Amino acid sequence: MLIPHPLLGLRDAEEFVYLGDASLMQRPDPDSPTALTDFCDYVFLRDNPAGVHRELWFHEQGDRSWLVVTRNTLTHEILGAELATDAARPTVTQEPSA
Amino acid sequence: MKFSALRVVKEALTGHKGWKPLWRNPQPQPDYDIVIVGGGGHGLATAYYLAKTFGKARIAVLEKGWIGSGNVGRNTTIVRSNYLLPGNQPFYEFSMKLWEGLEQELNFNAMVSQRGIINLFHTDAQRDAFRRRGNAMHLSGADAVLLNRDALRQKVPFLNYDNARFPIKGGLWQPRAGTARHDGVAWGYARGADMLGVDIIQNCEVTGFRIDAGRVRGVETTRGYIGAAKVGVAVAGSSSRVMAMAGQRLPIESHVLQAFVSEGLKPVISGVITFGAGHFYISQSDKGGLVFGGDVDGYNSYAQRGNLPVVEDVAQGGMALMPMIGRARLLRSWGGIVDMSMDGSPIIDRTAIDGLYLNGGWCYGGFKATPASGFAFAHLLATDRPHETATAYRLDRFATGHVIDERGTGAQPNLH
Ligand SMILES: Cc1cc2nc3c(=O)[nH]c(=O)nc-3n(C[C@H](O)[C@H](O)[C@H](O)COP(=O)(O)OP(=O)(O)OC[C@H]3O[C@@H](n4cnc5c(N)ncnc54)[C@H](O)[C@@H]3O)c2cc1C
Repeated sequence: MLIPHPLLGLRDAEEFVYLGDASLMQRPDPDSPTALTDFCDYVFLRDNPAGVHRELWFHEQGDRSWLVVTRNTLTHEILGAELATDAARPTVTQEPSA
Repeated sequence: MKFSALRVVKEALTGHKGWKPLWRNPQPQPDYDIVIVGGGGHGLATAYYLAKTFGKARIAVLEKGWIGSGNVGRNTTIVRSNYLLPGNQPFYEFSMKLWEGLEQELNFNAMVSQRGIINLFHTDAQRDAFRRRGNAMHLSGADAVLLNRDALRQKVPFLNYDNARFPIKGGLWQPRAGTARHDGVAWGYARGADMLGVDIIQNCEVTGFRIDAGRVRGVETTRGYIGAAKVGVAVAGSSSRVMAMAGQRLPIESHVLQAFVSEGLKPVISGVITFGAGHFYISQSDKGGLVFGGDVDGYNSYAQRGNLPVVEDVAQGGMALMPMIGRARLLRSWGGIVDMSMDGSPIIDRTAIDGLYLNGGWCYGGFKATPASGFAFAHLLATDRPHETATAYRLDRFATGHVIDERGTGAQPNLH
């Protein structure tokens, strides 16, 4: 598998370490009243879809950046990759004016 | 259909025209008492023990393809009971005992061959860990022998003992472990279950559950709706997909594991040997092929085929361990989708839905568990209580902190 690194171009997947579902970037709120079950679900439960999957890969043998790779788990086809920092950046929403 | 020596002679003399299929090909009934989803080793064994040991009737096994098309027909056939943790080891030893009587039980040749397994160690720390493991095995009634370098060398002289990075210092030997013919196991249980009246329905994919007021009523399939008082799901690598249809998220990721077979060779490797410094295991089949494998590819997959980096990694492990296999040609390789759980241990439990039961999370090691898994799942389905050797395999253990993490790697499925 070749991963299209947004800065470095096509890189062999062997250079990367795989972590798992990109939803791991959304840590639950520790102050929420449901934090206990939220964290349990976060740590242990996965959607594990057959098909398109957004997942975290770490470019350990390269520039040591984290990528969010979109890949089809049924075919191993890689549909895209972006820097995890970009994927994590909150989308700007308009504050309702007072 | 019954087998006997007389029958073999008679068929040999009459052109083998009298053999019949080993199981029927029934139409699905409108409803059953118990429906098992998944005609792999575990599903078929469950149906067999439900009918045989627990006296249940009106049972169906629904298989989306043909029986044996999943992991039960794709594994490297190693059976052993050399686990460490108390939640695991008694269960696997129970399975080992069932293997020892399996062929008599089923009157079917599953080629169970107790040729032994040797786990190699390469450091003093690893030796101490194996000594502890051996003691844990003894506590469960299993057999374990710690071999030092000289004793090991007499048994398996062909290993690379003086590998500069990973010198072989000895091994933990379980003489009763070995291999079995994987399809033979599926066929033996299928035939046994069929003879007890179980309907084995192939080409019948479960596409949904009918759930009413928190209770399962039946399953939607590609061959129509089938009602069931109880449904047991045993679909290995498809666990998350199938349970998602019942609205359940599981502590499981699906990964691809590859297996490899060389051309047939004269007998060289008598038992199973595992490398302790990398992930590599090897045995030799009765046909002479070297059967070996290593790690999962490491990323979520439902593709039933792996990629080249793992092929290379496995070959390197083999060469580091026994350079003599370097000139053997690789004949075949394939992949299977394994249900990697978050602690590397399986689940045999009820679910949040009444009447719906789950058997899954077998990772890359569920073939050896086939008899005990079937027995324990049948016990649970029949009595609503876990079998005494499977009480730790709860679905809620992740929430309560009672994980069974043999490798100690945490909630990272590709590392177990
Ligand atoms: C390459 C490889 C090597 C392995 N080596 C070993 C080993 O040496 N020792 C060991 O102990 N274990 C080993 N394993 C693991 C072992 O094979 C599995 O843990 C075990 O076979 C899983 O249980 P099963 O036999 O019931 O699974 P399967 O045979 O996979 O059965 C599950 C069945 O469910 C069916 N199914 C899925 N979805 C549906 C649906 N919606 N409706 C109806 N049916 C459905 C599938 O078609 C399949 O037939 C290995 C696995 C692999 C892939």
